[in-house]
Amino acid sequence: MDFGFCLSPSSHVKMDSVDLTTFNHLKETNPDINTCIACGSCTATCTAGNFTEMSFRRILLMLQRGKEEEAKKMIQRCMLCGKCTLVCPRGINIRKILLDITR
Amino acid sequence: MKENILIIGGGAAGMEAATQLQKMGLTPIIVEKSEHLGGHIAQWDRLFPAFHPAKDVVDQMLNQVKDVKTYLNTEVTDIQRNSDGFKAILSNNETIDAKAVILATGFDIFKAERKQEYGYGIYNNVMTSVELENFFRTGNDARINNPKKIGFVHCVGARDVKVCNTYCSKVCCTTALKQACEIKEVFPDAEVYTFYMDLRMFGPGYEDLYLKTQKDFDVKCVRGRVCEVSEDMDGKLVIKAEDTLFGKPLKMTLDVLVLMCSMEKNKSIDVIQQKLGVANNSDGFMQNKDMYLGMNGTAQDGVFVAGACTAPKSLPDTIGEARSVATQVFNYINSK
Repeated sequence: MDFGFCLSPSSHVKMDSVDLTTFNHLKETNPDINTCIACGSCTATCTAGNFTEMSFRRILLMLQRGKEEEAKKMIQRCMLCGKCTLVCPRGINIRKILLDITR
Repeated sequence: MKENILIIGGGAAGMEAATQLQKMGLTPIIVEKSEHLGGHIAQWDRLFPAFHPAKDVVDQMLNQVKDVKTYLNTEVTDIQRNSDGFKAILSNNETIDAKAVILATGFDIFKAERKQEYGYGIYNNVMTSVELENFFRTGNDARINNPKKIGFVHCVGARDVKVCNTYCSKVCCTTALKQACEIKEVFPDAEVYTFYMDLRMFGPGYEDLYLKTQKDFDVKCVRGRVCEVSEDMDGKLVIKAEDTLFGKPLKMTLDVLVLMCSMEKNKSIDVIQQKLGVANNSDGFMQNKDMYLGMNGTAQDGVFVAGACTAPKSLPDTIGEARSVATQVFNYINSK
């Protein structure tokens, strides 16, 4: 019988059970992945980001918070123009990292 | 002619001011309430940003003041202004006549119990930054038993209207990252998280330390304030915070949680401060004349301030102020 009630799943990110395999693997070949200071320059300049939700800053976080599928979906918006790599104040090779994630 | 200058407090500010005043031909007298000179910094292991041993600096300072008249385990119990300057009575019943007084009484550490939601004093594995530093110095702390996950909470007792401390305590951000690197040095396999609101890396080499923390030590910085801590059945700590950059609440189990406690005004000097007529500022620290050219002066003629008694300060800040207060006192004496 349907009473019209349901349980909402917890919105908490459960850090204890997050699978970091992809992120850690990525880190081996791209150690600069750790140095992001979340300034958002990459997202602000992103050609795709002007029209879609594409944000490299968020992709990095998604990988560290167990949202790998969402990250991979978002990456599809990227056109590999490389402007993000040009503006990054930490000198992170973002374009290469984006390519590596999809590989 | 030798002139007595009474310095209350034998920490970094008091010692450095005494050193400079002595070189200027004046007679500094240090009155220190504890049994040792050096203040908080004498209990510290290494200094940010370059992991320099604190003992090195303290030993140099101690060496410089070895000929300065010093009272240990002594407090100023009464002080009065007279036509010659000041007359101070010490807890050992001695009397000191001085031309000028320097308040170099420094700070106290915020009592972490006051932020009850962090569970300090309730849960075993919640500790303060001072206790962690003590672990680095002595290697002893029963709570640190090969931890796998360690968290640092920034701004404990700072930027927090609920504990009446709206100010930034200035040095805790850099200290947190320094300690995060150090704990990774001791336990390379541990995961280390810091929970910050802003990372205030204001000094030379501090940003380099931040980069090193991320790159060489793989410390994970999460933007968001820890809101509550609880204990699970195994005695591990469960923390909640929002990952504000991700926009989602986050839950995590930790072995050890370190609280970066802020600096508060050292209130043990309040009675003497009141007798001297020096007011407090809105942060509860001592009010100096102004924060630019008058930073070492007070509203009272002949009463000077130096170091963390006026605001939270780093060691280089404090040494700089101690040197400048010496110049101010020298000029004051010469103008008499």
